[in-house]
Amino acid sequence: MTVIENMSFEVADGDYLCIVGENGSGKSTLVKALLSLKKPEKGAIEFGEGLKKNEIGYLPQQTMAQKDFPASVYEVVLSGCLNSRGIRPFYSAKERKKALDTMELLGIIDLKNRSYRDLSGGQQQRVLLSRALCATKKLILLDEPVAGLDPIVTAELYDLIEKINKSGVTVIMVTHDLSAALKCSKHILCMTETEWFFGSREEFLKSKFADFMRGSEAVD
Amino acid sequence: MKQLIEVFSEIFSSPILVRALIVGVLVSLCAALLGVSLVLKRFSMIGDGLSHVGFGALAIAAVMNLAPMAVAIPVVLIAAFLLLRLSSNGKIKGDAAIAMISTGALGIGVMAVSMSKGTNIDLNSYLFGSIMSVSSEDVVISVILAVIVLFMFVFFYTKIFAITFDESFAKATGTAANVYNMLIALLTAMTIVIGMRLMGSMLISSLIIFPALCSMRVFKSFKSVTICSGIISIVTFLAGMVISYVAETPCGASIVCVNTLTFLIFFVIGKIKKTA
Repeated sequence: MTVIENMSFEVADGDYLCIVGENGSGKSTLVKALLSLKKPEKGAIEFGEGLKKNEIGYLPQQTMAQKDFPASVYEVVLSGCLNSRGIRPFYSAKERKKALDTMELLGIIDLKNRSYRDLSGGQQQRVLLSRALCATKKLILLDEPVAGLDPIVTAELYDLIEKINKSGVTVIMVTHDLSAALKCSKHILCMTETEWFFGSREEFLKSKFADFMRGSEAVD
Repeated sequence: MKQLIEVFSEIFSSPILVRALIVGVLVSLCAALLGVSLVLKRFSMIGDGLSHVGFGALAIAAVMNLAPMAVAIPVVLIAAFLLLRLSSNGKIKGDAAIAMISTGALGIGVMAVSMSKGTNIDLNSYLFGSIMSVSSEDVVISVILAVIVLFMFVFFYTKIFAITFDESFAKATGTAANVYNMLIALLTAMTIVIGMRLMGSMLISSLIIFPALCSMRVFKSFKSVTICSGIISIVTFLAGMVISYVAETPCGASIVCVNTLTFLIFFVIGKIKKTA
């Protein structure tokens, strides 16, 4: 099934793009295509210079299986370094340090030996975020990062993402939360079942899509 | 303690028991390591399904006078491949697919055995295992298998962790998750075929699920769960063998009972640890 046709957009280095849109408009399909998990039916996704396919850090939605998964925080974060290892087994000292550094950056270094399943929702998202940062220093893709979190933790997580973006990492975030998208993003990609919009935040606010999305949010 | 040493020296003086011991320890260890990943990925039932398919294959091989391993190994490998495919992207949901394939194979096996009146097949030993059925050929195969599983597990440990914890992240960052899933399924299939005649096709999947479930109650990291599962599998197998020898009970069932008891103990320890 073709979800949406003739859509095109680009993301520059250091950008902060929010993808908002209705359920069923194809946001998750787009995410999968960006991650090369799915081929787009037509057209192409081009990676600019210096970005390889496996250099995208990804923060997926949590799965049921992870809820009682016995893994220490350190093990989870370290597994983000896997993409640079190829066939070689075990992690190097450099990768171990990288894992510790990103944990330090996101304020979860104290949780290092705790079990992932014993953490709160917000802490778990931080762990997954630092794993994503271990996978790349260029582009991270966040799929509904605040789903199920309370307002305070949500705000903290948005602050962290902004901090990561300011440090030079490009951020693409899929979200239902339009107000957050408007607050922190630089560009917005808005998808409905039939139409799409791509532009800067200011352009978006002037477009009919802004009202449309607000309308659908009010109905929610 | 002195009696235990006596029991062991008696076991070691019988070639049949020594063979069963070697195959059992190696198969238990392999099953426990693979089991950690299978249990956490919600694939526990795959082991059960495969063992039933193995029963069907063995029964047909016996009826047609073919070499049992030569039939069972390829059939179970194909079943492993199909089950994994079905549970990941089929129209029939995973649990239903497994139930369908396993009962189907069981039915075919029982039909095959009952239709061949002339042959002398012991259905009971197929279903619930028998130490007498372990041949010296099995010993060689299980040693080779154990070396392969242990090597693969250590070498691909980091990848196995990554695809077990989060398959979509692993795929997105360029790990060939499907290849490793297939590898785990194929090694599981091999382990089951080899362990099946000792443990019985009804009971072999307990070797996969119990050690992982026990250690998950108490341990908090993937590494400690894995190591503990390996140790539990060997200890419970040996304890089961001794009980089976002393009390003259079937060895498969004795091992499962020891495993069940171990699970209860770990469950209680886990609860105590949590409240403390």
